[in-house]
Amino acid sequence: MDLENQARIKTLAEELGAENLLVILGGAEAEAAGLAAETVSAGDPTFAGPLAGVSLGLSVYHIVEDEIKSLCDAAVYEEQIGMMEMVLDVDAIKEEVSSIREQYSKF
Amino acid sequence: MNYPVIKGTAYALIHTPTLLVHMGTTQTVERQAHPDSEYLKLVPERLRSFEDTVNYAPNQVYIGNNHPSSLKDVPMPWWQNSLENAERDGKYGEIMPEDEFLGLVKIVDSFDLVLLEESFLEEIKPKLAEHPLFDENDLKRLGKGTALSEVENQIKNNKAEALYIGEKVVGCVKRAHETDQSLTAHIMTENLVAKASGTLAFKHLIVKNDLDVKDVEYIIECSEEACGDMNQRGGGNFAKAIGEMVGAVNATGADMRSFCAGPAHTMVAAAALVQAGVYKNVVVVAGGATAKLGMNGRDHVKKDMPLLEDNLGAFAVMIGQNDGVNPIIRTDIVGRHVIGSGSAPQAVMQALVLDPLQRADLTIPEIEMYAAELQNPDVTVPAGAGDVPQANYKMIAALAVMKQMLESSDVATFGDKHGMPGFAPTQGHIPSGVPFLGHARDMMLAGDLKNAMIIGKGSLFLARLTNLFDGVSFVIEANTGLKEEEVGLDKEQVRDMIAEAMREFANSLSK
Repeated sequence: MDLENQARIKTLAEELGAENLLVILGGAEAEAAGLAAETVSAGDPTFAGPLAGVSLGLSVYHIVEDEIKSLCDAAVYEEQIGMMEMVLDVDAIKEEVSSIREQYSKF
Repeated sequence: MNYPVIKGTAYALIHTPTLLVHMGTTQTVERQAHPDSEYLKLVPERLRSFEDTVNYAPNQVYIGNNHPSSLKDVPMPWWQNSLENAERDGKYGEIMPEDEFLGLVKIVDSFDLVLLEESFLEEIKPKLAEHPLFDENDLKRLGKGTALSEVENQIKNNKAEALYIGEKVVGCVKRAHETDQSLTAHIMTENLVAKASGTLAFKHLIVKNDLDVKDVEYIIECSEEACGDMNQRGGGNFAKAIGEMVGAVNATGADMRSFCAGPAHTMVAAAALVQAGVYKNVVVVAGGATAKLGMNGRDHVKKDMPLLEDNLGAFAVMIGQNDGVNPIIRTDIVGRHVIGSGSAPQAVMQALVLDPLQRADLTIPEIEMYAAELQNPDVTVPAGAGDVPQANYKMIAALAVMKQMLESSDVATFGDKHGMPGFAPTQGHIPSGVPFLGHARDMMLAGDLKNAMIIGKGSLFLARLTNLFDGVSFVIEANTGLKEEEVGLDKEQVRDMIAEAMREFANSLSK
């Protein structure tokens, strides 16, 4: 995950409290989405950024996961995400991100 | 409309494993943070030889010796399935080895910043003398070599950037100012490399396409580097600096930037200048980026692969007035991601692909080939970034399905019919559609391709000034020959028209 984004998430968690923050990912690849999910929950697995060794335990979802999709206005979702749902390996992304969430999210 | 045409293209790669080690940001950042890291120890073992990089299938496609579709027959990973006896010389350019390239960096140095060690200079002189692109004047610019002790002194005491071949110091680039942070030795090396590689592509453009460099009236450079001093960090101008090196004495020029979308913006601007008659011939040129060498190196080392990002990429394209033969640039079918477009992939694709086609009463499947973000998947897939061209084809197809232009069952095969495997080095601006121009031009000249859309996309957030996305697209078409009105009217026709108008005028008076 981009180092600058790691810093922004860390600051937000400090300001708002980790329990009040939820991260929604949009990554196109299961592996990359999983890495981002791991970064904001368990800490930066590449040990390169501000979240290296920092386990924020944030709640993290991908936009294609049903928990998030069901909260969106169907027409807006179709307009913004409909095309990508056809393109992405949605099942692989769901499996990867939910597995990371179950392991490391504290909230 | 009298559209401008693509008169020629050139593509060059430069194999620079040592610049990867010392100038690639993944390596320089690691060296600063963890000088003894395991990764840095493994890097030298994972560098490819020049022969390996020449025999690497995507590289042969980039320099024009093989068609992009040939990659479909090479099993992946491509680095494990090398070609045999491939040539460094290409139909559109070449793959240059690092030692010759350091000589070229010296040749394009206008401020005596590059010092090459004496024995190294003697080694590369005969090689460059044999090279068909370099003449006596170029060789004179190599000058005399510098004693190793002086090179070492510059590196140790004057903050010069060392130039290596393997482990051996063979020269250095001096800083261009004692305190100016925009003219440090590191930045001067980046900029001289961009200038040298752009020069190489430009020289190939002229020679391989049998063009006259004196016909060039304007040059637009579209790499991702910034040259200038502390008072104007990106003041410019690579275009004119490169033009000087190739003898484009009748040209002026300027630089144009928009991250990876830069070349697409530049092609549209160059086409417009020619179509408007401002300049007859405009060259679009870009050199390579040292910073991106070995960018995904950590992932490649982790996956026991060689560091595939060991080549600088460069290209050049000449755009001229309609000759009735070369492919035309449809300046009336231009897609643009506007400030209000939104950055969701769907909004981006709508703006870049669907909107321009609909304005021209075309459907998505009516474009025979799409070239968008042609990053080599051999590099990006192991780094977790996926197969970028394939993702683009799926997105274009999905958009076509949503607009009832395609059946959903066709999404999976759309890329096979309307696309190509990625073959461009991950040099930022280089992959964005333009590497297909050479192949597309050949296919159109041979009557094998009717039209193609070139798409450039850029991530502007990297400059931390805006979160907006960026992209530009344009359509090229096979030339169907000059129409009568484009050829111009002859005197007889003009006389008839005037006579007709006079008759009508006389009739109106008599009424």
